[in-house]
Amino acid sequence: MDIHEYQAKEILSRFGVPVPRGGLAYSPEQAGYRARELGGSAWVVKAQIHSGGRGAAGGVKLCRTPDEVQAFAGTLFGRQLVTKQTDAKGKGVYRVWVEAASEIAQELYLGFVLDRQSERIMIVASAHGGMEIEDLAESDPNSLRRMTIDPAVGLSEFQARELAFQLGLKGGQVAQMVSTLRACYRAYRDLDAVMVEINPLVITGTGDLVALDAKMSFDTNALFRRPEIAELRDRSQEDPRESTAGDHGLSYVGLDGDIGCIINGAGLAMATMDMIKLAGGEPANFLDIGGGASPERVVRAFRTVLADGNVSVILVNIFAGINRCDWVAEGVVQAYREVGLTIPVVVRLAGTNVDEGRAIIAGSGLPLISADTLAEAASAAVAARPRKAA
Amino acid sequence: MAILITQQTRVIVQGMSGRIGSFHAADMIKYGTNVVGGVTPGRGGETHLGLPLFNTVREAVAATGAEASLVFVPPPFAADAIMEAADAGIKTAVCVTDGIPSQDMMKLKRFLRRYPAERKMRLIGPNCAGIISPGQGFMGIMPPHIYQAGRIGIIGRSGTLGYEAASQFKALGLGVSTSVGIGGDPINGSSFRDILELFEADPETDAVMMIGEIGGPQEAEAAIYARDHMKKPVVAYIAGLSAPKGRKMGHAGAIVSAFGESAQEKVVLLEAAGITVAPNPSSMGETMARLLASRAMGAVA
Repeated sequence: MDIHEYQAKEILSRFGVPVPRGGLAYSPEQAGYRARELGGSAWVVKAQIHSGGRGAAGGVKLCRTPDEVQAFAGTLFGRQLVTKQTDAKGKGVYRVWVEAASEIAQELYLGFVLDRQSERIMIVASAHGGMEIEDLAESDPNSLRRMTIDPAVGLSEFQARELAFQLGLKGGQVAQMVSTLRACYRAYRDLDAVMVEINPLVITGTGDLVALDAKMSFDTNALFRRPEIAELRDRSQEDPRESTAGDHGLSYVGLDGDIGCIINGAGLAMATMDMIKLAGGEPANFLDIGGGASPERVVRAFRTVLADGNVSVILVNIFAGINRCDWVAEGVVQAYREVGLTIPVVVRLAGTNVDEGRAIIAGSGLPLISADTLAEAASAAVAARPRKAA
Repeated sequence: MAILITQQTRVIVQGMSGRIGSFHAADMIKYGTNVVGGVTPGRGGETHLGLPLFNTVREAVAATGAEASLVFVPPPFAADAIMEAADAGIKTAVCVTDGIPSQDMMKLKRFLRRYPAERKMRLIGPNCAGIISPGQGFMGIMPPHIYQAGRIGIIGRSGTLGYEAASQFKALGLGVSTSVGIGGDPINGSSFRDILELFEADPETDAVMMIGEIGGPQEAEAAIYARDHMKKPVVAYIAGLSAPKGRKMGHAGAIVSAFGESAQEKVVLLEAAGITVAPNPSSMGETMARLLASRAMGAVA
């Protein structure tokens, strides 16, 4: 789960990371007011969306007067900001962060991630920050420093010191870096984060370290014990189809094709999408109905898939272990009647209670297309697509 | 002999008295698995499914000589239950639970390292379908009748894709020695490489089907292991050729975030290591059958 930059800064600052002074605004007027409140002669106005690449997309500006702050904020609110990390629709701007501008002598990169190789938290740092880590890894891979942290011991001071020296820091900056690294690690560990990124971490004109930008992402599996983090969820930044599906126990990812998929198991769902592609079609979505799916959940899956106007055929592929084919079949029949389906539906059932399931499909009298294997199901779905008028 | 579970393996179920635990434990018993008891804290002394319940894994091991434990414990408590099994001397734990926090897994993996090699527990999963040696026994949630007994080992992240492979094998008359679901989480107990090692050493396994997916470094690591240390042939399939980058596809671990993690890149790495890659999920059975036939021909010639 992602949070906004200002929320990440608030959290990290609580753990001891130095951040610039700033204030949140929900309107252009409030943004202007924040600038006056902060004082000084320059402010950075930053659109708050769950995406990187905001600067290049026109979502960040250095302003010289409170009126300029207000005017620029006025262009941001309500706008869909399209960055190179968002889809073509972009993300809506409903909050703006106004911050006292910092003088920048050098930009560093600092990231904490879950390293799957060592199965530990890993620090990735570079003396050359400011650009996206992916670009940095390509243009300047030798500048990247990596260090893993033993979960039983935590980040030791000597490790943090080593890293600070490797990054070329001097004098008082070393102690500031050590305390920043340890603060980030504690925030990561104590709040069940999966990613903390400060990019850039700047050295100011006076030689001090400040986190100019901050990103945090959290482990959704741990939100049950982090209610204060769960509260920060911002649904305006999510794909409404995906979040509604998630509320009903369905794992859904919207894609660009026209073959709607209703499948059990993430692996089988991915494999079915691959099979559709090979058969010459394009999947409209990834959808895993999960384990022990009731007929009601199957009906919900149909509604979710059908909310995408591009869908012209639905493929149901179930290999039941913890699921039951008869429940899924009942769900399919129920969905057909309740939703008033007009597009073709291909159904492939296998595994637990398959005979009962197939009997329900066959006895329903509905024009459902049955398939026995994965390959048959994919070709049947591709063949069942209505021909587009040329 | 198969690996990890045979007819003789004494199995307990942690969380056996729960709704889901009960349902699957009953299925396991019906199949002939040697289930010897269950653990539910606070219900020690009671009988469930005709078997004794214990308060702790330690008591269960002392009373029944259990060597393997199937963990059906909800996510907030699952890592703790697995550590309890490790400490009580269980040899193999299988955890089906989906949704264990990743830091719990990190600590758990660190905890398992405190034991010397000879008494270190092997963890399979979490977020997996379990393990089955057809005709002998199973620990997990799979439909056992789709597996025919035989000499091919299966390792997969995804449960349902493992079923798909087993049923394609059965349709072609190919059987399975043991099928192992290693689970879809970013941090898991056993990797592809760990299980490949067991199959390579198992005299009753002739070939291995490895079913990977996008995300993480484990398929690449397995490819290098197979190239350098295995005599038995390996067929692989990687799911997610059509998955977009940076999006999580259902499994917490199924996300392409680094070089070498996309399905295309993994296929290249596997083929470079001499592994036969099935071009699509419907051809796992055929690819394996062709490979076995060509080896048999080679042996005759």
